[in-house]
Amino acid sequence: MWEYTDKVQEHFLNPQNVGEIENPSGVGDVGSLACGDALKLTLKIDDEERIVDAKFKTFGCASAIASSSALTIMVKGMTVSEAEKITNDDIADFLGGLPKEKMHCSVMGREALEAAIADYRGVILPMAEGEVVCECFGVTDLDVIRAIKESDLRSVEEITNFTKAGGGCGKCEDKLRDILQETISDTAVKPVQIEGPKRMTTLQKIKKIEEVLEREIKPALKKDGGDIELVDVDGDFVMVSLRGACTSCAKSQTTLKEYVEKKLRELVLDTLIVEEAK
Amino acid sequence: MKCDAEKVIYMDNNATTRIAPEVVDSMMPFLTECYGNPSSMHNFGGQVAGAVEQARQQVSNLIGSEVSEITFTSCGTESDSTAILSALQAFPDKRHIVTTRVEHPAIKNLCENLGRLTGHKYRVTRLPVESDGTLDMARYQEALSDDTAIVSVMWANNETGVIFPVEKMASMAKEHGILFHTDAVQAVGKIPINLKDLDIDFLSLSGHKLHAPKGVGVLYIKRGTPFVPYLTGGHQEEGRRGGTENVASIVGLGRACDLAAEMMKEENDRVRAMRDRLEEGLLAAVPKSMLNGHKTDRLPNTTNISFEFVEGEAILLHMNLYNICASSGSACTSGSLEPSHVLRAMGVPFTAAHGSIRFSLSIYNTDEEVDFVLGKMPPIIAELRELSPFWEGN
Repeated sequence: MWEYTDKVQEHFLNPQNVGEIENPSGVGDVGSLACGDALKLTLKIDDEERIVDAKFKTFGCASAIASSSALTIMVKGMTVSEAEKITNDDIADFLGGLPKEKMHCSVMGREALEAAIADYRGVILPMAEGEVVCECFGVTDLDVIRAIKESDLRSVEEITNFTKAGGGCGKCEDKLRDILQETISDTAVKPVQIEGPKRMTTLQKIKKIEEVLEREIKPALKKDGGDIELVDVDGDFVMVSLRGACTSCAKSQTTLKEYVEKKLRELVLDTLIVEEAK
Repeated sequence: MKCDAEKVIYMDNNATTRIAPEVVDSMMPFLTECYGNPSSMHNFGGQVAGAVEQARQQVSNLIGSEVSEITFTSCGTESDSTAILSALQAFPDKRHIVTTRVEHPAIKNLCENLGRLTGHKYRVTRLPVESDGTLDMARYQEALSDDTAIVSVMWANNETGVIFPVEKMASMAKEHGILFHTDAVQAVGKIPINLKDLDIDFLSLSGHKLHAPKGVGVLYIKRGTPFVPYLTGGHQEEGRRGGTENVASIVGLGRACDLAAEMMKEENDRVRAMRDRLEEGLLAAVPKSMLNGHKTDRLPNTTNISFEFVEGEAILLHMNLYNICASSGSACTSGSLEPSHVLRAMGVPFTAAHGSIRFSLSIYNTDEEVDFVLGKMPPIIAELRELSPFWEGN
């Protein structure tokens, strides 16, 4: 059970400004079904650059819906340049705070707002010009630096909670740590928490396993006319499907255990267990 | 603390159940004046041992075992671990375990950790399931080998309620001289079980799933099955499980087993009818909804339904507003993209797995409650879909 504030509950259960504005002045579309949450924000802006209407549609959990509702209320009546100053912390504060694992919902709100304003102005977002650090969620270095500065972040875990960066395959964790170090030494001199080794997430495992399959295992199997495909990863269990000559090969089980599993344990994670999918 | 239980529509009985009032009554003396230790020499303690033995009899009546085959534990998880680890120690030369991909974490993570802790001395075969959550018996047959120490297959799945043919699977294992364990925490009390003529060697059950308190479980160990204790210590439970008995809860579990036997017909008639009406009503009233799991090979109390394009947590919180309690197969946090391993093993599409809700009923539910839920769910889903950018109307 998540500990939500009354304000979050209120905006989740009675969200304001749901829908889509016809002929909007600006549209901000962020997130996706695969990411687990998504937000489409539409704005109506008058000739004096004042936001006269804002509507949203959101797929996601309670805090994603509440953040979207809060955002539309906050921006209505503001000028565009006032709205530009809204940070994700402003959205979270408006709601009386969010659980730390859900802070990315407020960041999604701010991102949608920026995207809608950029769309209105017909410009490309500076964030989009940054270098993508987290490929899973499409987060750029500029997004990360900004979150670190605005929300005074001090660990990679906090960066993930706020931006989702690193929450997927986790390959970018080292980069995130570097960005964190650089950004902090630029601003203040606060000691950075030392983090112990983190357990690999399933997505991290998938990425690494696929890498090893492509680089090492597939080429070896293909020499004998066989092939292999990753089907799923569940905890330490790696489910693969053997293809080509492997399917009729009596030694395929030996190949799976003695070669594929050994390689994956050596190059990815010592605890992996390889099994054949259906 | 006040929990306002009377206001709640509780349809989360696979998570835990209400302690039956009769069970509470049976326990009270052992929480108050009858506090003696059953192992004591004096009468004051010794008389309590009789209550524990009566409970053992009651449990054995429900599952059709001999009294001496019942060992009390602290929970289902302890029973599961005890059975598997015992089998591996009893057959130190055998290095293979057969299980399924949809087991409860108590078995799933134990098998995973075995690999880790023993440097992969053990091989684990996890049988895949079909899209309706059932097993392929031919694959099971293939998986059994001379190297297999134990098979562990749940009697019924906690998320979908799908029932596995463990009776048949146990005899197939026996033909190979393989021990058979079943995690039956969801099945005991909901469907009739008679272990007498079956080849099941170990069975786990848990008190709090059948209207007894949390913190008490049972491991059934078939007579003659080689056994190595997990918790060693005192001589309690014939040396099979050290530790002073949780007397009050054991007595409560005994009473709960009597009640379950009395209510078995009601569970399979009235509860099943309520479940079916709820399920059919929801599937008919909510477009783009679907049942997860086999329609008939299933516990009478469980239904698992996916509502596409909406997210489970959001649905549950809306239901919470009406005091309706159920569960979801999705978890939404910053880094997690993992819907339940059961729905994934069944190949339920990602979009649907996110919005899955499990209702699990009990004899304490009423037709009025089913009507209430049937009235509230369609508007909740419709309202959330109105918010969803992926919903394009019916």
